[in-house]
Amino acid sequence: MNWMGILESTLEAMVTKNAVVFALAAIGLNIHYGYTGLLNFGQAGFMAAGAYGTGIAITQWAWPIIPAAGFGLFLSVVLALLLGLPTLRLRADYLAIVTIAAAEIIRRVVKATEYRGVTGGSGGINGIGRGFYDANPFSERLDLGIVDFSARQLWFMVVGWGLVVICMLLTYLLVRSPWGRVLKAIREDEDAVRSLGKNVTWYKMQSLILGGLFGALGGIMLTLEQQSVQPDQFFTPTTFYAFTALILGGAGRVFGPVVGSMLFWGIMQFTSVSLRQGIRNGHIPESVMDGVQAGQVPLIVAGVLLGALMIFRQQGIFGNKREVALDGN
Amino acid sequence: MSGVTVSVAYDPPIVSAIARRLVLLLVALTSVIGFSFVGAGVASAQDSTEEPGDAEDTPEAQEAAEQDIESVVGTLKYDDEDDNEVPVEGVEISATDAGGEEVATDTTSEDGTFLLEIAEPGEYTIAVDPDTIPEGISLRSEERGSTTFTLSPGQQRTVLFPLVEGEGGGERTAPTRLDRVPQLAFEGLKFGLIIAMCAVGLSLIFGTTGLVNFAHGELVTMGALLAFFFNVTVGLHLMIAAPIAVVLSGVLGAGFDRGFWRPLRNRGTSLIALMVVSIGASLALRHMFLYQFGGRTRPFGDYAIQTDRIEFLNITMVRKDIWIVGVSILLLVLVALALERTRIGKATRAVADNKDLAESSGIDVEKVILVVWAAGTALAAVGGVFLGLTEQVSWLGGFQLLLLMFAGVVLGGLGTAYGALVGSIVVGLAVQLSVLFISSELKNVAALVILALVLLVRPQGILGRKERVG
Repeated sequence: MNWMGILESTLEAMVTKNAVVFALAAIGLNIHYGYTGLLNFGQAGFMAAGAYGTGIAITQWAWPIIPAAGFGLFLSVVLALLLGLPTLRLRADYLAIVTIAAAEIIRRVVKATEYRGVTGGSGGINGIGRGFYDANPFSERLDLGIVDFSARQLWFMVVGWGLVVICMLLTYLLVRSPWGRVLKAIREDEDAVRSLGKNVTWYKMQSLILGGLFGALGGIMLTLEQQSVQPDQFFTPTTFYAFTALILGGAGRVFGPVVGSMLFWGIMQFTSVSLRQGIRNGHIPESVMDGVQAGQVPLIVAGVLLGALMIFRQQGIFGNKREVALDGN
Repeated sequence: MSGVTVSVAYDPPIVSAIARRLVLLLVALTSVIGFSFVGAGVASAQDSTEEPGDAEDTPEAQEAAEQDIESVVGTLKYDDEDDNEVPVEGVEISATDAGGEEVATDTTSEDGTFLLEIAEPGEYTIAVDPDTIPEGISLRSEERGSTTFTLSPGQQRTVLFPLVEGEGGGERTAPTRLDRVPQLAFEGLKFGLIIAMCAVGLSLIFGTTGLVNFAHGELVTMGALLAFFFNVTVGLHLMIAAPIAVVLSGVLGAGFDRGFWRPLRNRGTSLIALMVVSIGASLALRHMFLYQFGGRTRPFGDYAIQTDRIEFLNITMVRKDIWIVGVSILLLVLVALALERTRIGKATRAVADNKDLAESSGIDVEKVILVVWAAGTALAAVGGVFLGLTEQVSWLGGFQLLLLMFAGVVLGGLGTAYGALVGSIVVGLAVQLSVLFISSELKNVAALVILALVLLVRPQGILGRKERVG
C-alpha cells in the first residue's frame, strides 16, 4: 500500500474543490439549521441557482464574472422568497419535504430538453470560459512536500478559502448581533419570540435568504472551478453531503461547517483511495469488491456517518449539545 | 410535535388568514405561470435545435476562442428506413444578424456538415433554405427550419435541423388532446395505485410514530430487489418469487422497527434527529443496493415483454397492466377493511389519531407500531415489484418515487391511511395527465408543484384535520 499516496490525495481533497464548495453550502445550512432551527433540505437548489445564474449570465449575455455571479446570487434570493413565503410557517418536517421538493423541481427544470437553449439540458452549461483562470496571478506549482498544487488549484483555493473566511467572519459578527440573538431565540422557542412582538416569519425569511446566498456562493465557486455546470450535481444527496459536513463539524458553531466539510471530503477520499489501492494490490479480492463497487463505499460510509452522528453525537465535533437539541418547531 | 397547537393562538382572525393565503397562492401561481411562459418563449425560439454540447472543449473551439471568431456548425442528416444516418449534401444554410442582414452562408458538404464563421458576437438567426433540400426529404416541421440565439465571444455552437424522409409535419396526425385522455388516465390510475401502495406505510408510520421516513423509498427498492433475487438469481417464477419477497420484506420491516427504530425511540432521540437518521439510512441503503445490484436497470424474468395488446375504451394495455391495477385495488381494499374491521386496525387508527389517549385506554402502542412497520414494508415491497414490472428493476427506483409518495401523503393528509390512498391516486393522475400540457420530462415536476400549492391552501391535506399541522 502506498500510504504516502493515500495521505497526499486525502489532504488534497480536504482543501480543494469540493471542500470549498461544501464549506460554503454548509455555512449557509448552519445559518438555517444551526442558528435558526430551519430544516432546509433544499440547499442544492440554492447552489443550483447560484451556479446556473452565473453560467447563464456568462454564456447567454456574455457578462463578466462578477456581475454574472451577482446574478446567481440574485436568483438565490428570488428562490428564497418564493420558497419561504408559503413554507416558513409550516412545521419542521413539512418544511423539509417542501424544500427537498423545490430543489428537485429546479434540477428537473434545468435538465429538461425544453429549456436547453438556456440551461443546456442534461449536458448542462459548458463553455463558461476561462475568465476565472485568466485572472490567475499564479504561474507556478506550489510544492509542499507531501502535497503539491497546480497554479490553477492555488488560485481557486485562494479565492475559495478567502470567501469561506469572509463568510465565517460575517457569520461570527451576525450571530453575535441583536439580530443573531433573535435567530437563536427562534431556534430555542419560536412562540416566546413571537410573544415578544418579533416578526418570526420575517426573521426566518432573512435567515433563509442569507443562508441561501452562502449556498449560492458554493454553487458559483463550483461553476468557476469546472468552467461548466451539470444539473445532476444538484441532486438531492448534494444537500445531504452539506448537511453531514455541518453535523460532523458541529451545527451552531462558526468553524463547524468548515472543519466538517474538510473532514467529510477527507474521509470520502481516504475511503475511496485506500479501497482502490487495496484492490489493486490484491489485499481485497475482486470477488468481494471491484473498482466500481469501491466507489460506492464512501457514500455508504457517509450515510452511516450521518445516522450515527445524529444518534450519538448531534453536536458534532465543536457543537454544544444543549444548543442542537431540536424538537421540531 | 410541540408546535401542533400553539401557533393557532397568534393567528390573525380567520378571514384575513384566508385572504393572506389567497394572496400567497396568487404570488406562487403567477410566478409559476410566468416562469413557464418565459420558458415556453425560449423553447419556441430555439426548440431543441441546438446542442451546445462540449463545444468549448474541442480543439477547434479553443482555437476559435483564441482568434475570437464565433462559429456555428452542424450536420444535416436524416434516418432512413433502416435507421441509418444519411448525410444531406448541397443545402444552403445562412446566418442573419438582428438587423436582418445576412452575415454568413454555407452549403452542406458531402458529409452533410456546414460551418458558418461569424465575426461578431451577438444575436443571430440561423436558417436552412427549404428550396435547396433535395426531393423526398423535408424538415420535420416548418418551425424547425430556423433558430435564433445569442453567440458569446469565441463561442462555437452546434445547430441541428431535424430532417425526415417524406413529408414532415402534416403526415403524422398527432392525436388530439381529448383522444389521449383515457389512455393517460389509465396510466395515471396505475401509477397512482403503485404510489398509494408504497405510501400507505409511509403515512401510517408517520401517524403512529411521528417519524417522516426518508428511507421509505429504499423499502420499495428492497422489495423489488428481493423479488428480483428470487426470480432471476434463484430462478423461481415471479408468481412465487414476489410473494416470498413481500413476506420477507414484512419480516424485515418488523425487524427494522424492533432492532433499530424502537431502541432509538426509547432512547428519547428527537423526531427531527430520527428524520435525519432516516436520511442517512436512505443514503447508505441505496448505495448498498447499488454495490450489490449494479447501476443497470434489469427486467424480471417473467412478464417482461407482453406483446398482445388489449384495446378497451380507447385504452391500449397489456395483461400485466390489468393485473397490476386489479391486485393493487384488491390489496388496498383489504388494507381499508383491516383498518375498519379488525382489532389491530382499529387500534392503529386510534394510535394514529392520538397516541397518548390510545395508550391510556390500554392499546399496546409498540405492538401497533410493529404491525404498521411490517405491513407498511410489505406493501411497499408489492409496490416495488409492480414498479419493477412497469419500468424494470433498478437500485434507484424507490428513491425516485419518494418525493411523489410525499406529495401523495401530504396531499391526502399526513398520518392518515385513506388520505395516502386518495392523495397518491391524485398524484399519479396529475403526473400522467400533465403531459397533455407540458413536456413529459417535467411530469414529476407537476406533482411537486401541486404539493407546494396544497401546502399553501390546505396544509392539512384533503382528509387531514386542521389541528394536525399547526
